[in-house]
Formats: sequence, structure tokens, C-alpha cells
Amino acid sequence: MRLLWITLIMLLVLAVLPLWVSGYILGLLTIAYYFGVFSMAWDLLFGFANEVNFGPTFLIGLGAYTAGILDNNYGVPLWLCIPAGTLAAVVGGIVLALPALRVTGPYFGLTTLVAVLILQNLVVVFAGFTGGEIGLTVPDVIFIDAASNYWLALGFMTVSGAILFALSRSPMGLILQASGQDAVQAGALGFNVTKHKLTAFIISAFFSGLAGALLVFYLGAASVSTLIAITVGVQVIIAAVIGGRRTILGAALGSIFLIVMTEALRPTGELATLIVSAIALLVVLFLPNGFMGLLFRGERG
Amino acid sequence: MLGLQILIDGFAVGALYALAATGFTLIFGVSGVLNLSHGALMVAAAVMAWAANDRLGAGNLVGALAGVLAGLVLALLTYGVVVRPIQRSRAIRNEEREIFILTATLLWGIMISELIAYFFTDNAKTVLPVVGGVVSILGVRTPANEIFTAITCWAVIGVLWAIVNRTRTGKSVMAASMNARGVTLLGVELSFVYLVVWTIYGVLAGVAGVLLGMFLGVSSYSAGPLTGSAFSIVVLGGLGSVSGSLIAAYVVGYIETLTAYLISPAYRFIPALLLLVVVMYVRPRGLLGRR
Repeated sequence: MRLLWITLIMLLVLAVLPLWVSGYILGLLTIAYYFGVFSMAWDLLFGFANEVNFGPTFLIGLGAYTAGILDNNYGVPLWLCIPAGTLAAVVGGIVLALPALRVTGPYFGLTTLVAVLILQNLVVVFAGFTGGEIGLTVPDVIFIDAASNYWLALGFMTVSGAILFALSRSPMGLILQASGQDAVQAGALGFNVTKHKLTAFIISAFFSGLAGALLVFYLGAASVSTLIAITVGVQVIIAAVIGGRRTILGAALGSIFLIVMTEALRPTGELATLIVSAIALLVVLFLPNGFMGLLFRGERG
Repeated sequence: MLGLQILIDGFAVGALYALAATGFTLIFGVSGVLNLSHGALMVAAAVMAWAANDRLGAGNLVGALAGVLAGLVLALLTYGVVVRPIQRSRAIRNEEREIFILTATLLWGIMISELIAYFFTDNAKTVLPVVGGVVSILGVRTPANEIFTAITCWAVIGVLWAIVNRTRTGKSVMAASMNARGVTLLGVELSFVYLVVWTIYGVLAGVAGVLLGMFLGVSSYSAGPLTGSAFSIVVLGGLGSVSGSLIAAYVVGYIETLTAYLISPAYRFIPALLLLVVVMYVRPRGLLGRR
């Protein structure tokens, strides 16, 4: 109950923000919201099923690049590019999940990591088609005005968050959680663990791809270093962990914190990443349940 | 001629990969820790060797030793500051320790490479080789450094083999990797075993880092990819199996060298990655994996 009220009040404050703050801050938060969706989608798979997916950017990159390439190279209208990008991410998610779900633990992590490296290499090798290391420019945009983009991102994050949160509290979420704690026992109780993990993977891919496609049309460009690189994936993972795993909403909180913090530390120049990583490490070491654990201490067992 | 060159280059690259992966797999085998700051540690060792020579004028050999020392100190710090607190924390549930160690060592690695970039810029650095000059092997001009790299790698791996199989401490390390509880029942202090393993790991990572700096050059950007390739070699060979990772290191080393010479250096990393996916699919525990 308390969680619901705090979330609603925070959303209300965020929704009226465009009335006061500058376009610069709105732009920053817009990106943070899309990253929030990346992290929440990641948390569904990891936090509940206890599988470390090092490849969130594989799904994000597929969604973003498919949408971007269709728009830029073939002039496909924007409202078709976004579903196409999402579809590509879902298909990619299934292709990745089939070998990945045969293995668990570090092997699963590595398979997803390799998927990212392969995608990254392919983008660079087929530079004529994808823009390579320089990146891809997208001619279309969804909105020009900063406030509309901001509201779209906030609305998108809210809806995605609500769906993912509901899923995590549904029987499916519970089964995932059970399989994360003891896969053999969950299987012995008659639950098809692999089927549920696959479903979680597909849902995760759907939201990652959709968010990636939307982000491309907000940024107006796609590049390996902003959407696919391992460092981007690491940021998604760190956001989910410092926000608090298994909470979905914590992931969004963590993303906003991470992006705003990096920007606030910009005056320190090259030290910004170092300071943010150090803070995140301290959170991991001393607050294992993240910000959400701190906020709701004692409320959950 | 080209064939011989590929054979020689692949041998040196394979030896280097083998050394870089051995420490990583040893830590996993004994304490179940996947240290994702591995690449950053190696880069730190190489950069320290470069800095001792270039900035302080310590000379090539002393510089190289300083680099190895840096690798050792950082490895012990990684254990003491990052890994040990998580292993002993009561607030973290047992089934989640693995992901916490992964995340924490990842962050630690980022911090190390950012510090390197801050103090020494992120330009690529090449450590001056301990032995210079060019040797001709059956008509193929080979840098003496390449031969030195291969010999050092194999010598270090040989010493490691002797320690693990011939000394009492080494045997208790080996036993701990098979059954940790059994070893404690025999009166071996497990925290002592971990300390020994991390010390060995530090020296291995330090030597590998310095040699890497001499052979290929490093920058703070290479930390992530280095961890990635050590990780894939170790998984390809089977996690925890040292002989498996030696074989896998050569497989990857030769595939990369072949691709670079015969197709194009741009495609260098792709075939090994595809091979890894296939192995994951057909034989998930790797070439020589237990479990």
C-alpha cells in the first residue's frame, strides 16, 4: 500500500516537472526513463529467475538498429519501424534463449555476453549498411518538442513498469522466483521451468526492443557506443542492482539515479564514471537490497 | 611460408591466452569466484610496467617486475576489499552471492580502468620488451619478444603445475577445489587456501598483463574485451579445468590468427565467438568441464 502511494506521488511530481525545469533536464530524464525500462525488463529475467543476462544490449540493439535501418535505408514510416524493431528484438530473444536456456549460471551469462559481442562485431563489419562505428542517423523523430518527448517517455515507463510489476506478482513471477531459488524443486512441483523462463525472456525482449526503438527516434541516431556496447549493458545491470533486485520499480529508480548522478558529476570531468562506480560498489557491498530495501525496510520479509 | 608464420604467431598468442586464462579458471575452480575485474588487473599491471620504465626510467626488466608486483597487490586488494566481504556478508542470501560477486568485481574493474585512464590517459601503451631484436626461424623473421613471450608463459604455467602437484600447500589448494568441506575437516584453514590462490592468481595476471603489454599493447579500453576473452576461453575449456583452458586458449589463438591472416584482421574475433556459441549448444560444460 505504502509502495503504491509513494509511486503515485513520485509519478505526479515527475509528470508536472516540464512546467518548471529546463529542456536540458527534461532531455536527461527522457533518456533516464528509457533506461529505466531497459533495467526493469532486465530485472524480470534476472531478479526473479536468478539468471544473469549480460546481454540486455543485444535485445536493445536489435530493436534500435532494426527500427533505425528500416527508417534510414528504406524510408519506412516511423509507426511501422517501431513495431518492426520490437518484433526483431522478440525474434532475437527467442533465438538467443534457445541455446541460452539449456545452460545456467555463468554459462548462461557468457552466452548472452557473446551474443552482444557478435552483434557489435556485425554492426562494425557491415558498416555500409549499419553506419559502423560512426553510427546511423535517423531522419524521422516522434516529437520535436522536449516536453512531449518527456511525457511520452514517462508514460511509456509507467505503463511498462505497471505491466512488468503486475507480471512479477502474478503466478508466473512466483514460479520464476521459485525456479531461481531451487530449479530442481520447482520442476518437481510440476512447473515447467524452461517454459516460464522462455516467456520471461520474450517479455523482457519485447520491452527492451520497444524501448530501444523509441529511444532511437528520440536520439535521432544509433551507435554502438550508446546502444550496444558492453558498458551500456553494464549500466543497465548496475541500475537494477543498486535500485534493488526483485522489485522492478527499483530498477527504474536506479536508472534515474545513475544517469542524473553521472550528469551531476560532469564538472569532475574524467572522474565521473569512477565516482559513480564507487558509489554503486558501496551500495552493492553495504546495501545488498538497494534503494528499495532502504525505503521499505522491514515491510517485506 | 605463410603457414609457418601462422604457426609461430598462433603459438605465441595461444601461450599468452593460456597464461591469462589459467589464473581466472584457478580462482573459479577453488572458490567459485568469477572475477570480472580480470582484464582491468592485467591492464593495470601492463600500464604500471610502462609507467615505471617510461616515467621513472626504471629500465625494461625492473619495469616488468614492477608491473607483476602491481598485478599481485591489486589481486590481493580485490580479494580483501571486494570478494571477501561479500563471501562473509550475512545480509546476502547464499544463492545470490554469485551475482553479487559478478556485479561487484565488474564495478571494481571499471574503477581500476577509470583510474588508469585518469592518471595515464586512455592512449594505447606498449611496454618495451625485455629482449629486443629479430630472430629468423626457418626463414620467417620473428621478433625475439614473441619467442620470449611464449617461453615465459610456458615456464610460468610449468611452475604453477609443479606448485599444485608437488608441494603440500599446492595439494591442499587442489583438494579445496574438489571438496572445500573435506579439506577443512582435515585441518586446513580455508581462508589460508584462498589467500594462496589469490596470490598465485595475482602473479599470473601480473605476468600475463606485462607480456600482453609487450606483445600487443594495452589501453584502459582493453580491460573489458580482455575479461571477455579470458571468460570465453575458460568456458570453452570447461570452467575450473586448467588443462581444458590451455587447449581452449590454443584453439582460440589459432582460429584468430588464421582469420586475421587469411580473411581480414577486421573479422579476427568473430569465428571464435561463433565457435563458443556452438560449443555452448552442443556441449554446455565445455571441452573438459566437470559437473
